[in-house]
Amino acid sequence: MADISSNFLGIKSPNPFWLASAPPTDKAYNVERAFEAGWGGVVWKTLGEEGPPVVNVNGPRYGAIWGADRRLLGLNNIELITDRDLYVNLREIKEVKKKWPDRAMIVSIMVPCEEAAWKAILPLVEETGADGIELNFGCPHGMSERGMGSSVGQVPEYIEMVARWCKANTRMPVIVKLTPNITDIRYPARAAQSGGADAVSLINTISSITSVNLDSFSPEPSIDGKGSHGGYCGPAVKPIALNMVAEIARDPETNNLPISGIGGVTTWRDAAEFLALGAGNVQVCTAAMTYGFKIVEEMITGLGNWMDEQGHKTLDDVIGRAVPNVTDWQYLNLNYVSKAKINQDSCIKCGRCHIACEDTSHQAITSMIDGYRKFEIIEEECVGCNLCVNVCPVENCITMEQLPAGSMDKRTGESVSKVYANWTQHPNNPSSVS
Amino acid sequence: MNCNKLKDGVKSNRLSSTEYQENFSDIHPPLDNHEALVEADRCYFCHDAPCMTACPTSIDIPMFIRQIATGNKLGSAKTIFDQNILGGMCARVCPTETLCEEACVREVAEGKPVKIGLLQRHATDEAMAAQAQFYERSKTTGKKIAIVGAGPAGLACAHRLSMHGHEATIYDAAEKPGGLNEYGIATYKTVGNFAQTEVDYITEIGGIELKHGKRLGKDMTLDDLKSQYDAIFLAMGLTDVNELSIQGSDINGSEDAVDFISNLRQSDNFSEINIGRKVVVIGGGMTAIDAAIQAKLLGAEDVTICYRRGAEHMNASQYEQELATAKGVIIRHWLQPKTIHSKNGKLSSIEFEYTQSKDGKLTPTGETMAIITDQIFVAIGQRLAMSDFGKSEKIIKFEKGRIAVDSEFKTSIDGVWAGGDCIADGEDLTVSAVAHGRDAAESINRTIQS
Repeated sequence: MADISSNFLGIKSPNPFWLASAPPTDKAYNVERAFEAGWGGVVWKTLGEEGPPVVNVNGPRYGAIWGADRRLLGLNNIELITDRDLYVNLREIKEVKKKWPDRAMIVSIMVPCEEAAWKAILPLVEETGADGIELNFGCPHGMSERGMGSSVGQVPEYIEMVARWCKANTRMPVIVKLTPNITDIRYPARAAQSGGADAVSLINTISSITSVNLDSFSPEPSIDGKGSHGGYCGPAVKPIALNMVAEIARDPETNNLPISGIGGVTTWRDAAEFLALGAGNVQVCTAAMTYGFKIVEEMITGLGNWMDEQGHKTLDDVIGRAVPNVTDWQYLNLNYVSKAKINQDSCIKCGRCHIACEDTSHQAITSMIDGYRKFEIIEEECVGCNLCVNVCPVENCITMEQLPAGSMDKRTGESVSKVYANWTQHPNNPSSVS
Repeated sequence: MNCNKLKDGVKSNRLSSTEYQENFSDIHPPLDNHEALVEADRCYFCHDAPCMTACPTSIDIPMFIRQIATGNKLGSAKTIFDQNILGGMCARVCPTETLCEEACVREVAEGKPVKIGLLQRHATDEAMAAQAQFYERSKTTGKKIAIVGAGPAGLACAHRLSMHGHEATIYDAAEKPGGLNEYGIATYKTVGNFAQTEVDYITEIGGIELKHGKRLGKDMTLDDLKSQYDAIFLAMGLTDVNELSIQGSDINGSEDAVDFISNLRQSDNFSEINIGRKVVVIGGGMTAIDAAIQAKLLGAEDVTICYRRGAEHMNASQYEQELATAKGVIIRHWLQPKTIHSKNGKLSSIEFEYTQSKDGKLTPTGETMAIITDQIFVAIGQRLAMSDFGKSEKIIKFEKGRIAVDSEFKTSIDGVWAGGDCIADGEDLTVSAVAHGRDAAESINRTIQS
């Protein structure tokens, strides 16, 4: 049986599934239920500085988009950091950590961008026995208007500065949580590293409006007829998160910086993909908020079973395995030629491949042969774009088949070369190096 | 209490009022909003969709389903009505299992087609409840068209003619319009007086006059109509029934299934309808199935359908056959009626002779069997009533015992069109009748405008 225990920055947990800093980790009651359900760790919902408690809206905090059967695809929230008293939180963190010593207890923190504020709170958190801290530089709503959250995460110099203050003022490992609301994720990651951060975690939520009420013309969620952008998360954001994780993992400057992967992790498979792209563990929120804590059982057994099947013994056998395969477009092999192939036995003749190709692409799929409804690839036209595969409702009915070297590509009339050749070497490229 | 539940003979009041109510409620309850969204999401929006090709009225099914999925139910209803103004009834009575749903690629893929009929009902019900009218009449042309028969073909024709600005007068022999929709469809398929609601919805466009109790050949002749109107559309259906002529068929207790179904439709108190304890239905079409199921629902203890050929030859779809057996009806094949017996002046049993197919011909085997019964329904087909035509019978062309028409639904008589069950290609389907009526109207419009 594969060992899925995790060691992230020396913080041990029985599995790599942590709950992200969010509503599910706001108090002992929830966190204990999570640990009972089997979660490997939690990042306690963000603590702010001492003083009057944070005030939340009293109307809806969440908006969503759904599939047809109300499957939640994306969630958006405008909740702020914890609105509970700092000392109540600290006391509960200490109690829970004591009771659950084998689980990871990370505390998320967001205080004003002044060293004194960080200096004040760090010893209080350290005293709880927590395993580490996560700096919330990500929240795109509310707190960012007050110079915190993503307004720090959007300025690499601030990230570096605050990370440095934290490293100077605590023995605890420091994880910097990054906002995706920037143009190039590598810059904030590099800044965190320069500031001495032990790791980055990403992505925080994406600024979003989930929908507009077409009766009242208010954005959703609507508070008295008005709306404000919220932070978007859930399955819909996973592809964005995967790319950002990969960008950091393959950046020569940060490729040794540990990453805690966040963004739409819903199943063990999502988690495995984050690990493969270089995340040391994953953090989950929306899936738990949708289905409850029990889903971690599926994640634990699913990941373990897959690792067993593949012969991976520990998480280290998986982490980063896909990173070398992430490259720039210019290095993709232009001599790799594939053509779509439709399995006529599994084709249900819906015609979607045809109309997608006919209307919007390369006119490479028939709709009628000898008077019969039949969908076949016209190899002379097929550029191997994969659109037909993506729109086909039947899994594995259309596959992309590689043309073996030496065979004829009917579209170009040329023989497929076995030599790897990319854009940097291509004659049409004015800066070709070959 | 159900005092007559197990009484022999033909009795009313076999069930409790709750049982009657349950038995004759909507057989396929409508989809609620969420169910409709989930079902609509199953549609693949196929290119050149097979369901659309399979629909006799060529409704753009993928489009109307997509419109449901996007919360545009009125748009969806219009997509349906554009092709089929009786889309509401067709959603209820179409044998979708042999039309659109049989062709659905998800039927091919997983044996579970998109529920097109129920989705169509979802959209059309919404539009009709909202009293949304999508069509306006063109400028009045002053042209008058007589339509014989206020069934699906006649109504569809009238609506389309009205859209073109013509005046349509529909003559119907019955008291109410609707034709088979009103008199010929099983009660549980069209509850809540839907047929009349639909007639009202269709005629709301204006320019359509309904004349009841007017039968061609009795109250007026084809020549009368020809002299008064610019065009005539014949859509009177098949009003004569084939009679069983075997020894004993005059014995009281044997009646026509068409009348039974019609009486049931017009009843507002099912407990008053007489039904036997042991019922036999002779025939293999939809009428036989509808009569048998409803006999069972009225409280008959045993209901047996006897058909002279095999299950695969029955005109009723496999789905309808399964529905009947699920309701407890027994279907027996390769039996043809031979003699009806009576005891003390009352129907007592019916004797059948076994049949077989020999060199493609139906041949009796000589072996017989008898079923004890107190009521027999005969459902062995309907035919054109020749009396409708009077003198014109000599000049109008027939084919296979029905009116011959060309591809535009023109009969052999100039200025006379025909459609629905009364024409040679009539498929005994509501939806086909609608297509005939609609297309005949277009042809009439082209002809009288030119």
